[in-house]
Amino acid sequence: MRRIELRLIKENISAKTMLILALLISGFFIAIFATLTLKSYLVISNYSLKELIFSSNWDPERYSFGFFPAIVGTIYVTLVSMIIAAPIGILSAIYISEYATSRRKTFISSFIDILAGIPSVVFGVCALLVLVPFVSGYLGPALGIETTGMCVFTAGIVLAVMVLPIIISLSAEALNALPIELRDACLSLGTTKWETIKGVLLKGASPGIFSAILLGFGRAFGETMAVAMVIGGKNQIPSSIFSGGQTLPSLIVSSFGEMMSIPIEQSALIFIALQLFLIVTFFNLLAKYINTRLRKRWYL
Amino acid sequence: MKLRYLEERIFKILIIFSVFLVMTSLVIIIGAVLFKGGNVLIHNPRVLITAPGPRYLLGGEGGFLHAILGSIYMVIPATLIAGVIGFGVALFLQSDYSNSRISGFIRTSLDILWGTPSIVYGIFMLTVLIFIQQRGCLLAGISVLILLELPIITRYADEAIKAVPNELKDSAYSVGATRYETSRIVGKYALPGIAAGILIGMGRGIGDAASVIFTSGAGSVMPSGLFESATALPILIFQQASSCYPSVREHAYAAAFSLVLIVGILNLVSRLLVRKFSKYVMRGK
Repeated sequence: MRRIELRLIKENISAKTMLILALLISGFFIAIFATLTLKSYLVISNYSLKELIFSSNWDPERYSFGFFPAIVGTIYVTLVSMIIAAPIGILSAIYISEYATSRRKTFISSFIDILAGIPSVVFGVCALLVLVPFVSGYLGPALGIETTGMCVFTAGIVLAVMVLPIIISLSAEALNALPIELRDACLSLGTTKWETIKGVLLKGASPGIFSAILLGFGRAFGETMAVAMVIGGKNQIPSSIFSGGQTLPSLIVSSFGEMMSIPIEQSALIFIALQLFLIVTFFNLLAKYINTRLRKRWYL
Repeated sequence: MKLRYLEERIFKILIIFSVFLVMTSLVIIIGAVLFKGGNVLIHNPRVLITAPGPRYLLGGEGGFLHAILGSIYMVIPATLIAGVIGFGVALFLQSDYSNSRISGFIRTSLDILWGTPSIVYGIFMLTVLIFIQQRGCLLAGISVLILLELPIITRYADEAIKAVPNELKDSAYSVGATRYETSRIVGKYALPGIAAGILIGMGRGIGDAASVIFTSGAGSVMPSGLFESATALPILIFQQASSCYPSVREHAYAAAFSLVLIVGILNLVSRLLVRKFSKYVMRGK
């Protein structure tokens, strides 16, 4: 009789603890949002939103906080990285799911797993070692542009390499999930392999691929360290993709030293974090929604 | 007619070319770090085991033992705590403790937290620190890493438990086991996936700089207590890599080498653990 009671007590305690832990996790989300909003209230209440976003004057000592250069820089860097990463990522995913033999598939997938696990500062170090000298020494002169190598273009390439594993593995997963009958039916009509991929498979997997790109976009958008190391840290609107700039996350890191002393600057930087959090959350939710629709469509 | 085959050819070449690009970029990254960092370490292996001198970041004497120890002190407790919590939450999500609406809600918040940039966690923790009027310390670094690793570990554990066959659960219930006892059996079956998830979370935690740089103090002294300043390898690499002293930059390459080595070992260990724990898994289905 006592043994049974002990079992039931264990059962009860475990159920309660797990419920609390699970609610705690959802609580984190709300806690982060609430804290960041509360702390950035100081800057939102003193400046109009339009002033903050469209003014290009960032000078904390004179109390002017314009995010415009950093916003433009972020958009540039993210666009460059996505233009490079999206086609390469999708084509590589096609190779993995359609062309590769199963041994090569495992081999390449483990390569991509390793790439996904490399810390972002290491990407930064490698970019400083290899990419920056290359851009300033060869690519710049070849195109007739004077550049230090610490520029938007370099940051874009670094981010592209960083988001490739996400895009490749999620797109390959979406392609693999398509029923094999689709391929057989197309090939039996006499199409070439590429025509099958182009006309049928890419269309079928398009929600999955699109959500992979959105997730990669979110990652590129919020990446801090690697970008802060190679972008040059100039708080100006970049005149071309070969000039230095600043992104929203790298602005936080580079202003961190002064951050403690001026409360309103602290608030402005926390406001940046809030923006990052909201925008990335939006993209992640969109990606999740699109992916759910894909699953419904193919009854997965 | 010819055009179709030409198109097929061109795109096949493009596809192979892009796979080649991806592989080359990885080879370049690993190669550059191993070559540069290895070079420094071969000539001066003592940097790994020496404490930093007073003017270390300005080209002074010493090594980066403080960063290695700091990384270990932060990541191991954080991974243990996040692992325990994540395992519990994953069991909650999968077994009969919750209903599908609550599970869906928690999963969505986990996915959002997973995607949240680590700098947001860093700033969040910093705001908390400012609120309680505490300077950056080891404990804050540990807490922010728990936050960072928790969603990753939980989602991996969740997927691993999802893959457990329903028959296992049903047979446990049919002999009169409680939910708690059933969860223990289910958890054992899912152990390979959970172990892999924990190590992936740990790899993410040990490599992340943006979250800990604001919260752990990032000083160049040896970590001496939970409420004292500490630093981690990625922070050190970030501070050193763009330094104007060549000798400081060399230390960054050596630190990057050690970091890549640690992450590589974690990757290897996770593969071995998966193999070891799969003894609990039925085979030959």
